[in-house]
Amino acid sequence: MESLPIVRLQGVTKRFDDVCAVDSLDLDIYQGEFLTLLGPSGCGKTTVLRLIAGLETLSAGEISMNGSRLNGTPPNKRNVNTVFQSYALFPHMTVFENIAFGLRLKQSDKQAIRHQVSEALDLVKLSGLENRRPHQLSGGQQQRVAMARAIVNKPQVLLLDEPLSALDYRLRQEMEIELKRVHRQLGITFVFVTHDQEEAISMSDRIAVMNEGRVEQIGTPIKIYEEPENMFVARFVGEINVFDGHVVNVNNGSAVVDIHGQLFPVQNRKKAGTGDKVRVLLRPEDIQVTRDADKNGGPALSGKVDEVIYKGKTVDLVISLDAGETINVTQFFNEDQEDLVYGEGERVHVDWLYGWEVIL
Amino acid sequence: MKKTLRYLYLACVYLFLYIPILILVIYSFNDSKYSTNWQGFTLSWYTQLIADGPLMEAFVNSLVIAFASSVSATILGTLGAFAFYRYRFPGRKVMYTFIYIVMMSPDIVMGISLLMFFIILGMETGALTLLLAHITFCLPFVVVTVFSRISGFDRNIIDVAKDLGATELQMFRHIMLPMLMPAIIAGWLLSFTLSLDDVVVSFFTTGPYFEILPLKIYSMVRLGIKPEINALSAVMFLLSLITVTVAHLVTKENR
Repeated sequence: MESLPIVRLQGVTKRFDDVCAVDSLDLDIYQGEFLTLLGPSGCGKTTVLRLIAGLETLSAGEISMNGSRLNGTPPNKRNVNTVFQSYALFPHMTVFENIAFGLRLKQSDKQAIRHQVSEALDLVKLSGLENRRPHQLSGGQQQRVAMARAIVNKPQVLLLDEPLSALDYRLRQEMEIELKRVHRQLGITFVFVTHDQEEAISMSDRIAVMNEGRVEQIGTPIKIYEEPENMFVARFVGEINVFDGHVVNVNNGSAVVDIHGQLFPVQNRKKAGTGDKVRVLLRPEDIQVTRDADKNGGPALSGKVDEVIYKGKTVDLVISLDAGETINVTQFFNEDQEDLVYGEGERVHVDWLYGWEVIL
Repeated sequence: MKKTLRYLYLACVYLFLYIPILILVIYSFNDSKYSTNWQGFTLSWYTQLIADGPLMEAFVNSLVIAFASSVSATILGTLGAFAFYRYRFPGRKVMYTFIYIVMMSPDIVMGISLLMFFIILGMETGALTLLLAHITFCLPFVVVTVFSRISGFDRNIIDVAKDLGATELQMFRHIMLPMLMPAIIAGWLLSFTLSLDDVVVSFFTTGPYFEILPLKIYSMVRLGIKPEINALSAVMFLLSLITVTVAHLVTKENR
């Protein structure tokens, strides 16, 4: 993405009394992308959104849009719109009036307004419900009205503050697909806030993982999941197993790490030196489990199966290693492997393929 | 059996509430000057009432004061409640508590303190001082009624309106006002009735040349209850019945 960012945040800081919600944050948002701010509650992600919308004032720093400063601009003069977590539909207005609200403030051509509202309703697949009141709609429909009410104003950037968190699981998955479709059809920039990493991974072009008012890592979902840059990102996004070890040998791009006396070759992305203490991180699905140690030949850690959780397409194992750690392993079924079902208490060995690990 | 008892109990409550009023209405048609015995149907008390110049004047004065004070209190109180909700300023909580104190303080204290206040200012008691006094004691009821509704709103509603391009004024006009309307009407209605039948505060804050109905009746009753007053009370009862019904219909429409 070489193009100029549509929204640029530089040194953005927001303090509420003494609490620093956003701490000198830099972020570039590009034209047409689906950017997700992901983080635990209280990490400042919603505040960032509200700062972009103009609903909070900056304590320090600068926000610019299309190259011009936005700092003092009130929300009603910004070319961004927000979909709120609680939808906040106007209860005394019909669906039509809700969606037309923004348009009516700016123009008076009734014919044009009607046309644009029905276009927006088409986009969110709610045609025919114009005259309903918000309390007559289901949660998912209210969500769609909130979306239509924002996008009908043709903002350059649409801000979404956990819009799916109030929906049940089924509906949420449906809306995820809908959101992606609307994003594709409109071609505008979406900035999406969530604490749900699955949601973030499945929808975003880029994810910014936030913690305590700062961005911990920003990148594509694949990068974030497979190459976390620090422990926070590794732990927050998905499940992960952590092994402590130290480097015994370094050789070009790879290194040998001693974990509980076993020597594992790893990819040395961190450029660790001999003797350094490192942590080796592995996703549950990247760990291999075997019944006998020398089947794969290489180094392996031994332990016993504590729990077997059958999940349909996968089997999750909780294994306590002889060295003391407890790890989670996910095994996928495939047709020529029918001996995946381990018994509780069974002794096993675990290892992984070279390069599937991350070291920090 | 249980059901019958329940209805019986309910009937008792309502009879207790409405029998006195019903009797009063019946006696307003009684063709007898003093007695409590039924002497036959007549409309003469009503015609006498209309002919009674000073009484009618007091009646009109009362309506004017009640209308003016309730409208003023409703406007001020609504804006006040909105300010308490929307803005954070030092002393906000203390100010809101003081609103309650005004509401709870006895009428007699309020009457005397307002009288002293007007004297210190050098204002002659009359229609204006009466109006100011009525606005004062109606105001808290409006603030409390409107605030209780507004504090149930989703705060994001305001943000949404601004986000969609509304100025503060447009947001208030198109979003807050319609959503608050039931509470505003309730507050107004409360103010109107409070003002219409206030005796104590009015006693201290009006002058000798501006008479209002409750005070007039009060002075008339000292010479014994005239059937004319029964007729007047019946008219006022009808009036309040109409107001309540209209208010109910309007708020229902708005929901």
